[in-house]
Amino acid sequence: MPELKIGPEDWLAIGLTARLAAVTLVVLFVIGTPLAWWLARSRSAAASVVSALVAVPLVLPPTVLGFYLLVLLGPQGPVGRLTESIGLGTLPFTFAGLVVASTLFSLPFVVQPLQSSFAALGERMLEAAATLRAGPLDTFLHVVVPLCRPGFLSAAVLGFAHTVGEFGVVLMMGGNIPGETQVLSIAIYNRVEAFEYDHAHLLAGGLLVFSFVSLLALQWFNRGRAPAGISGADA
Amino acid sequence: MVQPGSGAGGYQRGGRVSRLEARFVLQRRGGFRLDIDLSLPGAGVSVLFGPSGCGKTTVLRCLAGLAQAEEGHLRLGERCWQDSETGRWVPTHRRPIGYVFQEASLFPHLSVAGNLAFARKRGAEPDGDDGDLIDLLGIGPLMTRRPAQLSGGERQRVAIARALATAPRVVLMDEPLAALDGARKAEILPFLERLHRELAVPVVYVTHSMDEVVRLADWLVVMADGRAVSTGPVTEVLSDVASSLASSDDASVALDAEVVGHDAEYGLSRLDVDGVELWIAGLERPLGTRLRIRIHARDVSVALFRPDGSSITNILPSVVEALAPAGAHQCTVRLRMGNGARLLARLTRRSCDLLALAPGAVVYAQIKGVVPIN
Repeated sequence: MPELKIGPEDWLAIGLTARLAAVTLVVLFVIGTPLAWWLARSRSAAASVVSALVAVPLVLPPTVLGFYLLVLLGPQGPVGRLTESIGLGTLPFTFAGLVVASTLFSLPFVVQPLQSSFAALGERMLEAAATLRAGPLDTFLHVVVPLCRPGFLSAAVLGFAHTVGEFGVVLMMGGNIPGETQVLSIAIYNRVEAFEYDHAHLLAGGLLVFSFVSLLALQWFNRGRAPAGISGADA
Repeated sequence: MVQPGSGAGGYQRGGRVSRLEARFVLQRRGGFRLDIDLSLPGAGVSVLFGPSGCGKTTVLRCLAGLAQAEEGHLRLGERCWQDSETGRWVPTHRRPIGYVFQEASLFPHLSVAGNLAFARKRGAEPDGDDGDLIDLLGIGPLMTRRPAQLSGGERQRVAIARALATAPRVVLMDEPLAALDGARKAEILPFLERLHRELAVPVVYVTHSMDEVVRLADWLVVMADGRAVSTGPVTEVLSDVASSLASSDDASVALDAEVVGHDAEYGLSRLDVDGVELWIAGLERPLGTRLRIRIHARDVSVALFRPDGSSITNILPSVVEALAPAGAHQCTVRLRMGNGARLLARLTRRSCDLLALAPGAVVYAQIKGVVPIN
């Protein structure tokens, strides 16, 4: 029996997965933060439609999302033709394509914790900041972000971990190209297909531990700083 | 007295006086309509007084820019913050106001010092020093604490200091005592009275408590159903027998007095109220102290001749100015004392008829109780 250790191709998959999750998380915060802010504060009908749309990946089989993305972004799809005509090429089977797919797939995991912590913040803190001459961006950075830290932290951990754990969307959209689209979950799948169960155990166990530890850390952190007295009202 | 030019300047007396001129018209769903014209003095405390739901908080929010009247204008001296005709609208964070909410609304992620620094940095005097404010509100020992570690009264004092740390041109206070119990109120009121004496900027103060009106107001706006029903200097509005205030059980007048003598044997102090002499019991204040007193209408009775052998000490010749019914069987009578100041007396209608009281009648007001209020 060959010695069991993490080989160079595994490291390639681990590195790629980490890079994908990190890049995706940045994109998720850039898109998700203003989206969550709008969803938390808007009472328009459009907001409930968008809210439902954002949540769709929670219930949709990842293969369905991956399939539509493949069709949409592929050379025959409307978005694919557009990206080709402006010289970007097509996105399926590229790292950039995976980032687009992961962003859509993990969006609810970032938007929902942010949205609920923005909603829990209430109007009063924002009004108080405005009466103290803080403009909207100033208020967001120095009042909203610190007060919604548990929400941001949950969003970061869930968004990152969920991207690390995706499989179906990647398989449909990205395939299995080592160093480009072969992420950890695909690598594990390959091991299992090849009956290398011991090796699959090693990688799968690592992912299990990683997921568990990040969620546990989040629990501990958020318990340590319960959002007490946000309203500032008398106890 | 806070010294001018000691760093926290701008909120002491002596600044340029600019009136606050406003008109707000606002229609809310559910039928409430606010329609009010205000011209408030540029110094001292203007109180918006009225029952819950009369629109006084909405007026304050319109002044702050937290709510927007569909129609109207708002000017503080030369500055225009709103004019619906030109479309001018200055957002809240560009208005030099200080706002104190009913609940303290401190930032829970910052210490007391952090809350003050937040305001100071963004205010008109970012390099100023909060030392005077901290002394004025007695919050020195609280600076390192978090809002969650403060009592309700402490929180409200910090909130007041925070609002003043921006060096505002006008201070807006929305029932700052309403969320507090009696003991906490009593803890804060002396600080508010100090502010009243030492602050240069005008204060607009919203309350439904007559006690706070009498203690703090210089100028009084009585509101009902989204309108101002009477407006003027507090002594005049309180003694207006036609107003709803005069027919309430709380009807009273507020007078400014100075301690001019003591009678140690009987524990009495002699007060000078603009030329009229009043005696008050149990007031241990040094000569020269200025204070405000309150005389309830129910504590004033009337006689046609100077009573001899009365147990009542304060008996003052007065002229009946006006009468108005208060409920089915009582009357409120406005009396003018020798110095021109007014008293209210609550009498039964029977007494009014027996004494044939009418405007111009010369009577003796017998004052049973004089209450010091600060």
